[in-house]
Amino acid sequence: MSSYSELIKNFEKIRSYMREFYVYGFKSREEYNKKSARSYDDERRRMESWLGDHMSFVRTHEGKNVFISIDSRVSTHNPFYKAFKAKSFTDGDITLHFILFDVLHSSEVVLSLPEILERIDEYLEGFEAPMVFDESTVRKKLNEYISQGIIVGVKDGRKMLYHRAADVELPDITDVLNFYSEVAPCGVVGSFLLDKQEDTNDSFTFKHHYITSAMDSDVIAALFKAMREKRMIVVKNKSRRAEEPRENRLIPLRIFISVQNGRQHLVAYQPEFRAIKSFRVDYLSDVRLMEKALRFDEYRSKLDGMQSKMWGVTAKLDRFGNENTEHVEFTVKLADNEEYIVRRLEREKRIGQVEKIDGNTYRFTADVYDTSEMIPWIRTFICRITELSFSNKLLEERFKSDIEEMYRMYGIEEADK
Amino acid sequence: MIFNEIYSAYYNTVAKIIAAVIAGNTDDKTINKIVSENAFGESVLTVMPSLKSEKWQLISADMTTPLKHKPTLPLTLTQKQWLKAISLDPRIKLFGIEFSGLDDVEPMFTSDDYVIYDKYGDGDPFEDEKYIERFKIILLALKKKHALKIWMLNRKDKLISMTVMPKRLEYSEKDDKFRLIGVGNKFDFVINLARISSCEEYVGVEEIADRSLAEDMDRLTLRIIDERNALERCLLHFAHFEKRAERVDAKSYLVHITYSRSDETEMVIRILSFGPMVEVVGPSEFKNLIIARLKSQKSCELI
Repeated sequence: MSSYSELIKNFEKIRSYMREFYVYGFKSREEYNKKSARSYDDERRRMESWLGDHMSFVRTHEGKNVFISIDSRVSTHNPFYKAFKAKSFTDGDITLHFILFDVLHSSEVVLSLPEILERIDEYLEGFEAPMVFDESTVRKKLNEYISQGIIVGVKDGRKMLYHRAADVELPDITDVLNFYSEVAPCGVVGSFLLDKQEDTNDSFTFKHHYITSAMDSDVIAALFKAMREKRMIVVKNKSRRAEEPRENRLIPLRIFISVQNGRQHLVAYQPEFRAIKSFRVDYLSDVRLMEKALRFDEYRSKLDGMQSKMWGVTAKLDRFGNENTEHVEFTVKLADNEEYIVRRLEREKRIGQVEKIDGNTYRFTADVYDTSEMIPWIRTFICRITELSFSNKLLEERFKSDIEEMYRMYGIEEADK
Repeated sequence: MIFNEIYSAYYNTVAKIIAAVIAGNTDDKTINKIVSENAFGESVLTVMPSLKSEKWQLISADMTTPLKHKPTLPLTLTQKQWLKAISLDPRIKLFGIEFSGLDDVEPMFTSDDYVIYDKYGDGDPFEDEKYIERFKIILLALKKKHALKIWMLNRKDKLISMTVMPKRLEYSEKDDKFRLIGVGNKFDFVINLARISSCEEYVGVEEIADRSLAEDMDRLTLRIIDERNALERCLLHFAHFEKRAERVDAKSYLVHITYSRSDETEMVIRILSFGPMVEVVGPSEFKNLIIARLKSQKSCELI
């Protein structure tokens, strides 16, 4: 039986547990136990170890429910980054790492593999039962560090010489790191850099800050790499409708990030359907970069053009490349002191036009791929919507019947009778 | 790529322990402090025992080390690529930093690779020289804990001034705006940076108290009807608040949210955006705000 460790080898399992505890947090232990009770206990204990006070529990008739509660406006740094700092390693890995970089302590120290092995043995000889690192283990580790850019390998005739990569002279970037580690994609990398800073004096806090995206950083980084290299990918996609993940073959075109609903989507060309489609990033895993996507520029430019009709992440083209847009318009009536509503319409609209109809009446119109994506925003104007017309009549009816349902829900129908 | 042990809390902790040992600081108190500040809740059970037992052959039981240099690591390619990417962001001008040594590095991403599609369209003028100057004055005052004299236009476009002890700079990703949160002798202040006309270090005689911000939190309870994926949408939407969810039955859930009272109107419209799938259960004062809006809507005779 393996013993418990705070560290993890595989990020995927903890990714889904963290999400469950943070976003939902109402499930009891039994509901997680479908696969293994031990696994649940270990993951919960790890998260308690990483997140400390952010973990809470409540007893209900269903049992003990564990949840993560974080007011991200108060936290100056995303607590979920800690999961990325919990990668497991072997005793040999950590020993070799520190000795290697002590041997190659400056970029001027240039050594061959036999010389490095000899030095390593000298470091270890004082221990009671010294570890022995063979040539292939050290070569493999050096190659790993070469691919990470921290060691440089130089051919000298038939032999390879190694030295530490030259460091980049950076000015004091603590403020830059404090800010961008929270707002830039893959901000966890900024958090790694902050870990090396002596003084992390932090002046920033963040409002409307969705920290769940942190858990998708590795996937996002792989997608960015695919886009920079214009490559096709194969990715596992676990949709909420299917029990087992499917493998999708895609050309990633752009990441769509929401700062209003906490979701991130990959918009990609899917050759199987000859269509540009969106995919929830939190459902994606195991991104594998494949061959060059020769038509990448063409599809991205197509997406550029489509974005003027996308309210959210839906881009609808049929397999022949024809657009299917829907028309949306609604009118709002303002009181005399409510000019801020016009400013709201102007700054919150992502596409479409606002026009003044008369003194206090304004109309918004747009042509979109998916009217349903706009509906939550239109509902925020409830109390002043005087006219509404969608070309998608089914959705127009549903919008209106939803409002009637809200009247009933809050007893407004009865009160007016 | 990112999930790698060289970035791990354990590696960072061990690096700091080795540095302390090389510097001759080997007492338990120093070492335990390094572990508790740099690693996780239970790391104290692993890190030093692994070093002292020579499982990790870096420090001997007598707290000496064969290592000769304070551990350091060059920037990884991933770190350089990320830095290069943020060096291309327009907001970087606020910090007055020149990145050198990254000229031949490919950025991890550029503005072509992602879009924040639902941020508001009237964000702060991050590339405006005067805005940048004010931002720097405020950031410096925050660090030095200096009070600031601020002139700004109020809602009626009248120039007013105030003296503020800055507490923090708050950035909203949705609004794409910075706000200065600070305290004065009588009030707390939340000031949009873009509304500030000018600011300078306060050099007057009045003493500005460096007190804590007043708490103005409130709680509300929502009932979610899990139709049209409302449960997931709603819990994700409100995920950035301190909150707790509970299941009532197979189709309905309660969620208790703690929010700032100053954001009450914003909360009202955010809840309305979910339509009949989300109902305010309480408090009644908040529920009445929703009811008032629905009554006004009814009078619009849309239906």
